[in-house]
Amino acid sequence: MKMLHVSVWRGGAGGEYRSYEVPRQESQSVLDVVTYIQRNIDPTLSYRFACRVGMCGACAMTVNGVARWTCRTHVAKVVKDDAIQIAPLANFPVVKDLVTDMREFFDKWARARGQFVPCATRRDAFAQVAADSPGRVAANAGIECIGCGVCYASCDVVSWNPDYLGPAALNRAWTLVNDVRDGARRERLAAVAGDAGCHACHTHLSCSERCPKDITPTASIAGLKRAVAVAALKGEL
Amino acid sequence: MSSAGHGYAGAPLAGPNPGARSETWLWIAQRASAALLGLCVLVHLVTIIYAVRHGLSGEAILARTRGNGVALAFYMLYVLAIAVHAPIGLRTLCHEWLGWRSASLNWFIAALALALFAFGLRAGWAVFLAPV
Ligand code: SF4
Ligand code: SF4
Ligand code: FES
Repeated sequence: MKMLHVSVWRGGAGGEYRSYEVPRQESQSVLDVVTYIQRNIDPTLSYRFACRVGMCGACAMTVNGVARWTCRTHVAKVVKDDAIQIAPLANFPVVKDLVTDMREFFDKWARARGQFVPCATRRDAFAQVAADSPGRVAANAGIECIGCGVCYASCDVVSWNPDYLGPAALNRAWTLVNDVRDGARRERLAAVAGDAGCHACHTHLSCSERCPKDITPTASIAGLKRAVAVAALKGEL
Repeated sequence: MSSAGHGYAGAPLAGPNPGARSETWLWIAQRASAALLGLCVLVHLVTIIYAVRHGLSGEAILARTRGNGVALAFYMLYVLAIAVHAPIGLRTLCHEWLGWRSASLNWFIAALALALFAFGLRAGWAVFLAPV
Protein backbone atom coordinates (compact mmCIF):
# COMPACT_ATOMS: atom_id res chain seq x y z
CA MET A 1 0.00 0.00 0.00
CA LYS A 2 1.23 3.44 -0.83
CA MET A 3 1.98 5.44 2.30
CA LEU A 4 1.90 9.11 3.03
CA HIS A 5 4.58 10.60 5.29
CA VAL A 6 2.76 13.02 7.53
CA SER A 7 4.43 15.35 9.97
CA VAL A 8 2.03 16.78 12.53
CA TRP A 9 2.52 19.47 15.16
CA ARG A 10 2.12 18.02 18.66
CA GLY A 11 1.87 19.97 21.90
CA GLY A 12 1.41 23.66 22.62
CA ALA A 13 3.47 26.63 21.44
CA GLY A 14 6.66 24.84 22.51
CA GLY A 15 5.71 21.56 20.85
CA GLU A 16 7.35 19.73 17.97
CA TYR A 17 6.55 17.86 14.78
CA ARG A 18 5.99 14.12 14.96
CA SER A 19 5.91 11.77 11.99
CA TYR A 20 3.16 9.35 11.06
CA GLU A 21 2.65 6.96 8.17
CA VAL A 22 -0.86 7.05 6.75
CA PRO A 23 -2.18 4.85 3.92
CA ARG A 24 -2.75 6.90 0.79
CA GLN A 25 -6.27 6.73 -0.57
CA GLU A 26 -8.07 8.09 -3.54
CA SER A 27 -9.93 11.41 -3.04
CA GLN A 28 -8.38 11.66 0.42
CA SER A 29 -8.72 15.01 2.17
CA VAL A 30 -6.21 16.42 4.61
CA LEU A 31 -8.89 16.12 7.30
CA ASP A 32 -9.17 12.40 6.45
CA VAL A 33 -5.46 12.08 7.11
CA VAL A 34 -5.69 13.76 10.51
CA THR A 35 -8.72 11.66 11.40
CA TYR A 36 -6.90 8.48 10.40
CA ILE A 37 -4.02 9.33 12.73
CA GLN A 38 -6.34 10.01 15.64
CA ARG A 39 -8.47 6.89 15.13
CA ASN A 40 -5.72 4.43 14.25
CA ILE A 41 -2.37 5.64 15.53
CA ASP A 42 -2.65 8.13 18.38
CA PRO A 43 -6.02 8.89 20.00
CA THR A 44 -4.51 11.78 21.96
CA LEU A 45 -4.18 13.90 18.82
CA SER A 46 -6.43 16.97 19.17
CA TYR A 47 -8.00 18.73 16.21
CA ARG A 48 -11.28 20.37 15.36
CA PHE A 49 -13.93 19.85 12.72
CA ALA A 50 -17.70 19.66 12.50
CA CYS A 51 -19.35 19.64 9.10
CA ARG A 52 -16.70 18.07 6.82
CA VAL A 53 -18.30 19.85 3.88
CA GLY A 54 -16.88 23.36 4.00
CA MET A 55 -19.64 25.06 5.96
CA CYS A 56 -18.63 25.38 9.59
CA GLY A 57 -15.13 26.84 9.35
CA ALA A 58 -13.77 24.68 12.18
CA CYS A 59 -11.14 22.62 10.38
CA ALA A 60 -8.60 25.19 9.16
CA MET A 61 -4.92 24.27 9.67
CA THR A 62 -1.56 25.09 8.16
CA VAL A 63 -0.83 22.55 5.45
CA ASN A 64 2.68 22.64 3.99
CA GLY A 65 3.02 26.18 5.27
CA VAL A 66 -0.25 27.47 3.84
CA ALA A 67 -3.50 28.05 5.76
CA ARG A 68 -6.30 25.91 4.32
CA TRP A 69 -9.68 24.40 5.16
CA THR A 70 -8.65 20.78 5.56
CA CYS A 71 -12.00 19.08 4.91
CA ARG A 72 -12.04 20.36 1.36
CA THR A 73 -8.37 20.22 0.60
CA HIS A 74 -7.45 17.11 -1.34
CA VAL A 75 -4.17 15.50 -0.41
CA ALA A 76 -3.43 15.29 -4.13
CA LYS A 77 -3.48 19.08 -4.31
CA VAL A 78 -0.89 19.70 -1.60
CA VAL A 79 1.27 16.57 -1.35
CA LYS A 80 4.97 16.91 -2.20
CA ASP A 81 7.10 13.77 -2.56
CA ASP A 82 4.44 11.73 -0.73
CA ALA A 83 4.77 14.01 2.30
CA ILE A 84 2.67 16.66 3.99
CA GLN A 85 3.21 18.80 7.02
CA ILE A 86 0.24 19.80 9.16
CA ALA A 87 0.40 22.52 11.80
CA PRO A 88 -2.05 24.71 13.70
CA LEU A 89 -3.09 28.02 12.10
CA ALA A 90 -0.55 30.84 12.34
CA ASN A 91 -1.45 34.05 14.21
CA PHE A 92 -3.60 32.08 16.69
CA PRO A 93 -2.43 30.90 20.12
CA VAL A 94 -2.07 27.10 20.09
CA VAL A 95 -4.15 25.25 22.66
CA LYS A 96 -2.85 21.78 21.84
CA ASP A 97 -1.73 20.02 18.67
CA LEU A 98 -3.89 21.35 15.83
CA VAL A 99 -6.37 23.19 18.03
CA THR A 100 -6.03 26.96 18.27
CA ASP A 101 -7.68 29.48 20.55
CA MET A 102 -10.07 31.54 18.43
CA ARG A 103 -11.36 33.82 21.17
CA GLU A 104 -9.32 36.87 20.19
CA PHE A 105 -10.27 36.35 16.54
CA PHE A 106 -13.99 36.45 17.29
CA ASP A 107 -13.65 39.13 19.99
CA LYS A 108 -12.29 41.27 17.19
CA TRP A 109 -15.50 40.72 15.23
CA ALA A 110 -17.31 42.16 18.25
CA ARG A 111 -14.80 45.04 18.46
CA ALA A 112 -15.41 45.77 14.77
CA ARG A 113 -19.11 45.88 15.66
CA GLY A 114 -19.81 42.77 13.71
CA GLN A 115 -23.25 42.44 15.31
CA PHE A 116 -26.32 43.34 13.30
CA VAL A 117 -28.18 46.16 15.07
CA PRO A 118 -31.81 46.21 14.02
CA CYS A 119 -33.51 49.61 13.86
CA ALA A 120 -37.06 48.62 12.91
CA THR A 121 -39.79 47.60 15.31
CA ARG A 122 -42.33 44.82 15.00
CA ARG A 123 -44.80 47.39 13.76
CA ASP A 124 -42.64 48.32 10.77
CA ALA A 125 -43.02 46.55 7.46
CA PHE A 126 -40.33 44.17 6.28
CA ALA A 127 -37.41 45.92 4.65
CA GLN A 128 -37.40 45.46 0.91
CA VAL A 129 -33.89 45.08 -0.40
CA ALA A 130 -33.60 44.84 -4.15
CA ALA A 131 -31.23 42.05 -5.17
CA ASP A 132 -29.40 44.38 -7.55
CA SER A 133 -29.13 47.39 -5.21
CA PRO A 134 -25.49 48.44 -4.74
CA GLY A 135 -25.55 47.79 -0.99
CA ARG A 136 -26.96 44.30 -1.45
CA VAL A 137 -24.41 43.49 -4.13
CA ALA A 138 -21.54 44.70 -1.92
CA ALA A 139 -22.84 42.77 1.10
CA ASN A 140 -23.33 39.64 -1.01
CA ALA A 141 -19.68 39.63 -1.98
CA GLY A 142 -18.63 39.11 1.64
CA ILE A 143 -21.59 37.43 3.26
CA GLU A 144 -20.58 33.78 2.75
CA CYS A 145 -17.74 33.95 5.26
CA ILE A 146 -17.60 30.80 7.43
CA GLY A 147 -15.29 32.28 10.05
CA CYS A 148 -12.52 29.77 9.39
CA GLY A 149 -9.66 32.16 10.19
CA VAL A 150 -7.63 31.26 7.08
CA CYS A 151 -7.42 34.93 6.06
CA TYR A 152 -6.40 35.99 9.57
CA ALA A 153 -3.68 33.35 9.65
CA SER A 154 -2.39 34.55 6.27
CA CYS A 155 -2.22 38.26 7.05
CA ASP A 156 1.22 39.73 7.76
CA VAL A 157 -0.28 42.81 9.37
CA VAL A 158 -1.95 40.63 12.01
CA SER A 159 1.45 39.17 12.87
CA TRP A 160 3.05 42.63 13.10
CA ASN A 161 0.24 44.34 14.95
CA PRO A 162 -1.64 42.10 17.38
CA ASP A 163 -4.34 44.75 17.77
CA TYR A 164 -5.22 44.70 14.08
CA LEU A 165 -8.85 43.62 13.70
CA GLY A 166 -7.94 41.55 10.66
CA PRO A 167 -9.58 40.72 7.34
CA ALA A 168 -12.50 38.59 8.57
CA ALA A 169 -13.79 41.05 11.18
CA LEU A 170 -13.43 43.96 8.78
CA ASN A 171 -15.14 42.03 6.00
CA ARG A 172 -17.99 41.33 8.40
CA ALA A 173 -18.22 45.02 9.29
CA TRP A 174 -18.33 45.91 5.60
CA THR A 175 -21.29 43.59 4.95
CA LEU A 176 -23.18 45.34 7.76
CA VAL A 177 -22.19 48.82 6.57
CA ASN A 178 -24.01 47.86 3.37
CA ASP A 179 -27.06 46.47 5.17
CA VAL A 180 -29.84 49.06 4.90
CA ARG A 181 -31.65 47.48 7.87
CA ASP A 182 -28.75 48.10 10.22
CA GLY A 183 -28.83 51.01 12.66
CA ALA A 184 -25.23 51.27 13.84
CA ARG A 185 -23.39 52.42 10.72
CA ARG A 186 -21.83 55.44 12.39
CA GLU A 187 -20.54 53.59 15.44
CA ARG A 188 -19.27 50.79 13.22
CA LEU A 189 -17.32 53.12 10.96
CA ALA A 190 -15.75 54.72 14.02
CA ALA A 191 -14.90 51.28 15.39
CA VAL A 192 -13.14 50.09 12.23
CA ALA A 193 -11.12 53.27 11.55
CA GLY A 194 -7.55 53.76 12.67
CA ASP A 195 -4.33 51.79 12.81
CA ALA A 196 -5.94 48.76 14.43
CA GLY A 197 -8.65 48.86 11.78
CA CYS A 198 -9.02 49.29 8.06
CA HIS A 199 -6.22 51.85 7.75
CA ALA A 200 -3.64 49.26 8.79
CA CYS A 201 -4.32 47.04 5.78
CA HIS A 202 -1.46 47.01 3.30
CA THR A 203 -3.53 45.59 0.47
CA HIS A 204 -1.22 42.54 0.36
CA LEU A 205 -4.14 40.42 -0.81
CA SER A 206 -2.89 37.30 1.01
CA CYS A 207 -6.29 37.04 2.70
CA SER A 208 -8.12 37.19 -0.62
CA GLU A 209 -5.72 34.76 -2.24
CA ARG A 210 -6.26 32.18 0.52
CA CYS A 211 -9.93 32.58 1.44
CA PRO A 212 -11.55 29.21 0.67
CA LYS A 213 -14.88 30.92 0.04
CA ASP A 214 -13.37 33.19 -2.62
CA ILE A 215 -14.19 36.27 -0.62
CA THR A 216 -12.01 39.33 -1.17
CA PRO A 217 -11.62 40.91 2.27
CA THR A 218 -9.12 43.33 0.71
CA ALA A 219 -11.92 44.86 -1.35
CA SER A 220 -14.18 45.04 1.71
CA ILE A 221 -11.42 46.83 3.62
CA ALA A 222 -10.91 49.26 0.74
CA GLY A 223 -14.67 49.90 0.86
CA LEU A 224 -14.42 50.64 4.57
CA LYS A 225 -11.55 53.09 3.97
CA ARG A 226 -13.71 54.97 1.49
CA ALA A 227 -16.79 54.93 3.70
CA VAL A 228 -14.77 56.06 6.73
CA ALA A 229 -13.17 58.90 4.72
CA VAL A 230 -16.56 60.08 3.48
CA ALA A 231 -17.89 59.98 7.05
CA ALA A 232 -14.89 62.03 8.24
CA LEU A 233 -15.39 64.61 5.48
CA LYS A 234 -19.04 64.91 6.47
CA GLY A 235 -18.05 65.32 10.13
CA GLU A 236 -19.83 62.09 11.06
CA LEU A 237 -16.91 60.15 12.47
CA MET B 1 -19.86 57.85 19.52
CA SER B 2 -21.65 55.86 22.17
CA SER B 3 -19.61 53.26 23.97
CA ALA B 4 -22.64 51.22 24.94
CA GLY B 5 -22.17 48.21 22.74
CA HIS B 6 -24.21 45.36 21.49
CA GLY B 7 -21.66 42.71 22.39
CA TYR B 8 -22.27 39.01 22.59
CA ALA B 9 -22.24 37.70 26.12
CA GLY B 10 -18.66 37.65 27.29
CA ALA B 11 -17.26 39.51 24.32
CA PRO B 12 -15.58 42.85 24.90
CA LEU B 13 -17.83 45.65 23.76
CA ALA B 14 -16.59 48.01 21.13
CA GLY B 15 -15.35 50.85 23.28
CA PRO B 16 -14.50 54.32 22.05
CA ASN B 17 -11.79 54.32 19.43
CA PRO B 18 -9.86 57.52 20.19
CA GLY B 19 -7.59 57.34 17.15
CA ALA B 20 -10.44 56.92 14.65
CA ARG B 21 -10.76 60.53 13.58
CA SER B 22 -7.08 61.53 13.57
CA GLU B 23 -5.97 58.35 11.79
CA THR B 24 -8.66 58.84 9.17
CA TRP B 25 -7.59 62.42 8.54
CA LEU B 26 -3.97 61.33 8.26
CA TRP B 27 -5.07 58.73 5.72
CA ILE B 28 -7.02 61.32 3.73
CA ALA B 29 -4.01 63.66 3.81
CA GLN B 30 -1.77 60.83 2.67
CA ARG B 31 -4.04 59.96 -0.25
CA ALA B 32 -4.61 63.58 -1.30
CA SER B 33 -0.89 64.39 -1.15
CA ALA B 34 -0.16 61.22 -3.14
CA ALA B 35 -2.47 62.43 -5.92
CA LEU B 36 -0.77 65.82 -5.87
CA LEU B 37 2.66 64.20 -5.88
CA GLY B 38 1.74 62.12 -8.92
CA LEU B 39 1.16 65.33 -10.83
CA CYS B 40 4.13 67.25 -9.38
CA VAL B 41 6.63 64.44 -10.00
CA LEU B 42 5.48 64.27 -13.61
CA VAL B 43 5.93 68.01 -14.17
CA HIS B 44 9.27 67.91 -12.35
CA LEU B 45 10.53 65.01 -14.51
CA VAL B 46 9.45 66.70 -17.72
CA THR B 47 11.30 69.82 -16.58
CA ILE B 48 14.47 67.85 -15.86
CA ILE B 49 14.32 66.01 -19.17
CA TYR B 50 13.75 69.29 -21.00
CA ALA B 51 16.75 70.89 -19.24
CA VAL B 52 19.01 67.94 -20.01
CA ARG B 53 17.86 67.56 -23.61
CA HIS B 54 18.47 71.24 -24.30
CA GLY B 55 21.81 71.16 -22.52
CA LEU B 56 20.80 74.01 -20.22
CA SER B 57 23.57 75.25 -17.94
CA GLY B 58 22.98 76.04 -14.29
CA GLU B 59 22.99 79.73 -15.15
CA ALA B 60 20.48 79.19 -17.97
CA ILE B 61 18.16 77.37 -15.57
CA LEU B 62 18.44 80.08 -12.93
CA ALA B 63 17.70 82.67 -15.59
CA ARG B 64 14.37 80.93 -16.07
CA THR B 65 13.52 80.47 -12.37
CA ARG B 66 14.66 83.91 -11.20
CA GLY B 67 11.60 85.96 -10.33
CA ASN B 68 9.37 83.28 -11.86
CA GLY B 69 6.23 83.28 -9.68
CA VAL B 70 4.69 80.28 -11.45
CA ALA B 71 7.77 78.11 -10.85
CA LEU B 72 7.90 79.24 -7.22
CA ALA B 73 4.20 78.47 -6.68
CA PHE B 74 4.58 75.08 -8.32
CA TYR B 75 7.55 74.08 -6.20
CA MET B 76 5.88 75.33 -3.03
CA LEU B 77 2.99 73.01 -3.79
CA TYR B 78 5.40 70.17 -4.51
CA VAL B 79 7.25 70.76 -1.24
CA LEU B 80 3.98 70.87 0.65
CA ALA B 81 2.88 67.55 -0.83
CA ILE B 82 6.21 65.97 0.16
CA ALA B 83 6.13 67.44 3.66
CA VAL B 84 2.65 65.93 4.17
CA HIS B 85 3.15 62.62 2.42
CA ALA B 86 6.56 61.39 3.51
CA PRO B 87 6.22 61.86 7.29
CA ILE B 88 2.86 60.07 7.43
CA GLY B 89 4.34 57.10 5.61
CA LEU B 90 7.39 57.12 7.87
CA ARG B 91 5.07 57.18 10.89
CA THR B 92 3.45 53.95 9.73
CA LEU B 93 6.89 52.41 9.21
CA CYS B 94 7.87 53.39 12.75
CA HIS B 95 4.65 51.81 14.07
CA GLU B 96 5.14 48.55 12.27
CA TRP B 97 8.88 48.05 12.10
CA LEU B 98 10.07 49.68 15.30
CA GLY B 99 6.95 49.29 17.42
CA TRP B 100 7.27 53.00 18.17
CA ARG B 101 3.74 54.08 19.02
CA SER B 102 4.10 56.64 21.80
CA ALA B 103 3.29 60.34 21.63
CA SER B 104 7.00 61.08 21.09
CA LEU B 105 6.64 59.59 17.60
CA ASN B 106 4.02 62.18 16.67
CA TRP B 107 6.32 64.98 17.83
CA PHE B 108 9.17 63.52 15.83
CA ILE B 109 6.99 63.20 12.75
CA ALA B 110 5.64 66.75 13.11
CA ALA B 111 9.20 68.08 13.43
CA LEU B 112 10.22 66.11 10.36
CA ALA B 113 7.31 67.53 8.37
CA LEU B 114 8.24 71.07 9.39
CA ALA B 115 11.90 70.50 8.55
CA LEU B 116 11.06 69.08 5.12
CA PHE B 117 8.80 72.02 4.44
CA ALA B 118 11.37 74.55 5.66
CA PHE B 119 14.23 73.07 3.60
CA GLY B 120 12.02 72.84 0.54
CA LEU B 121 10.87 76.44 0.96
CA ARG B 122 14.46 77.57 1.32
CA ALA B 123 15.48 75.80 -1.89
CA GLY B 124 12.53 77.15 -3.86
CA TRP B 125 13.11 80.61 -2.52
CA ALA B 126 16.81 80.43 -3.39
CA VAL B 127 16.25 79.75 -7.08
CA PHE B 128 13.52 82.40 -7.15
CA LEU B 129 15.85 85.03 -5.71
CA ALA B 130 18.97 83.70 -7.42
CA PRO B 131 21.57 86.51 -7.67
CA VAL B 132 22.49 87.50 -11.19
S1 SF4 C 1 -5.06 42.67 2.15
FE1 SF4 C 1 -5.04 43.61 4.18
S2 SF4 C 1 -6.18 42.22 5.49
FE2 SF4 C 1 -5.68 41.09 3.61
S3 SF4 C 1 -3.79 39.99 4.10
FE3 SF4 C 1 -3.23 41.96 3.20
S4 SF4 C 1 -2.94 43.38 4.92
FE4 SF4 C 1 -4.06 41.57 5.67
S1 SF4 D 1 -13.13 35.71 4.88
FE1 SF4 D 1 -12.72 33.69 4.00
S2 SF4 D 1 -10.80 33.05 4.94
FE2 SF4 D 1 -11.59 34.72 6.18
S3 SF4 D 1 -12.73 33.72 7.84
FE3 SF4 D 1 -14.19 34.21 6.17
S4 SF4 D 1 -14.28 32.37 4.91
FE4 SF4 D 1 -12.45 32.18 6.19
S1 FES E 1 -15.11 20.74 8.83
FE1 FES E 1 -16.52 22.36 8.50
S2 FES E 1 -15.49 23.62 7.09
FE2 FES E 1 -14.14 21.94 7.28
